Amino acid sequence: MSDVKFSEDHEWIRVEGDVGTIGITVFAQQQLGDVVYVEVPEVGTAVEKGGEVAVVESVKAASELYAPLDGEVVESNGGLADDPAAVNNDPEGEGWFFKMKISDAGQLDELMDAAAYKAFVESQS
Amino acid sequence: MTDQDSQNKKTALYALHVELGGKMVPFAGYMLPVQYADAGIMLEHQRARDSAALFDVSHMGQVRITGADRVAALEALVPADVKNLEVGKTRYSFFTNETGGILDDLMITQAADCLILVINAACKDADIAHMRAKLKGDAQLEVLDDLSLLALQGPKSAEVLAQWAPEATTMPFMSTRDFTLAGVNCRVSRSGYSGEDGYEIAMKSDQAVAFARALLEHESVSVSGLGARDSLRLEAGLCLYGHDIDTTTTPVEAGLTWAMQKRRRSEGGFPGADIIQKQLADGAPRRLVGLKPEGRAPCREGTELTDDSGRVIGKITSGGFGPTAGGPVAMGYLESAFASPGTSVQAMVRGKPRPCEVVKMPFVAHSFYRG
Repeated sequence: MSDVKFSEDHEWIRVEGDVGTIGITVFAQQQLGDVVYVEVPEVGTAVEKGGEVAVVESVKAASELYAPLDGEVVESNGGLADDPAAVNNDPEGEGWFFKMKISDAGQLDELMDAAAYKAFVESQS
Repeated sequence: MTDQDSQNKKTALYALHVELGGKMVPFAGYMLPVQYADAGIMLEHQRARDSAALFDVSHMGQVRITGADRVAALEALVPADVKNLEVGKTRYSFFTNETGGILDDLMITQAADCLILVINAACKDADIAHMRAKLKGDAQLEVLDDLSLLALQGPKSAEVLAQWAPEATTMPFMSTRDFTLAGVNCRVSRSGYSGEDGYEIAMKSDQAVAFARALLEHESVSVSGLGARDSLRLEAGLCLYGHDIDTTTTPVEAGLTWAMQKRRRSEGGFPGADIIQKQLADGAPRRLVGLKPEGRAPCREGTELTDDSGRVIGKITSGGFGPTAGGPVAMGYLESAFASPGTSVQAMVRGKPRPCEVVKMPFVAHSFYRG
């Protein structure tokens, strides 16, 4: 059973058991434009909610990805090094950034569900 | 109306940009499209390399200098040889200051009865004040604020203009002529900021939308925004004022000695000539160079450059991803001892050193039409 949550930094988190897969939303990749470089965290990196954890660069600018939860990186999408455009083409699928073991499941309640995120995006534009 | 909209001016093409899906951003006091919804910087860049891209550059200032002393008056402010610039020819130059720095870069065209200057949007008010204060003798400045400026860039540009003016196809690079294109009176220069063949076309602002639409009817023409304009000029190794050149950089440091013709280099007679002449003779302490970062990570403006021991030896002034180069490209200043092509330096990106090689610019070969 999986559940998708969204952060105000325009990230999605697909939760399966105590592992969350993290990427950026369709809205975020549209705002960034053509992604040309992605730096994902190494496996074993301890991450803290709100801390910088990955880098995504478009032709024009570099942006940070912030960890939506506390935990530890258990897998990174190495495929993005050769195919950063996957973040544009399939942001919520092939364009995932990393997977993390969630240390405090309670933090999930602070994130938005799909309906709340949709309303959040509409309020931003 | 948002604050951004009310604080920034709009060009005559504003509504057309919005209609075409332009993502409008404030730039140098104007709302301009950074990219368009259905395309994006990569595609808009590639269209200028492969076909013909239309850019709105109406934010740039256009002025005219008339009067019997206009050539000498302008030569007192720039190190270009204006006197020997033939009628119908255009030359790149810059206003210098007393310390040999650059106040702005500009294009100068010798018309039969006047000089026509194109200056940067962000500098135009200061440039105009500078000229009004410093132009000596019989030289009158007129601001041509009823004109718009469009750039058509790319290998298909000549074919596009040929439908109205076949003679435009044989104009040499850096020449300027008047044509009637699509029924609109235009001043056409074979020039640009992309490294590709192309034209910069001025017309009355009330005809700019009709003219842009006429261009866009050609199957080879599509619109490109500021994002592509920046990646194109970076790959072409062309300086951006306020980034690669400013009041603290001299033309010698910036590698722009080619734009100071022999007579002016030896005679001087422009602001900061003593300092520039000394650097021409003895060399400059630092040089603007091309940099090719290893790997895929772009190295951006402001990134410090170090030698192998970690000592800071320079800074990146423009950097990003080159869509045609297929990887990161940058330019920046380095102490002269490190400025030779082939030298390896380190760019400090997010605290980690990334090797960069000093390379000759441009990153993508120029394709200007030389006849």
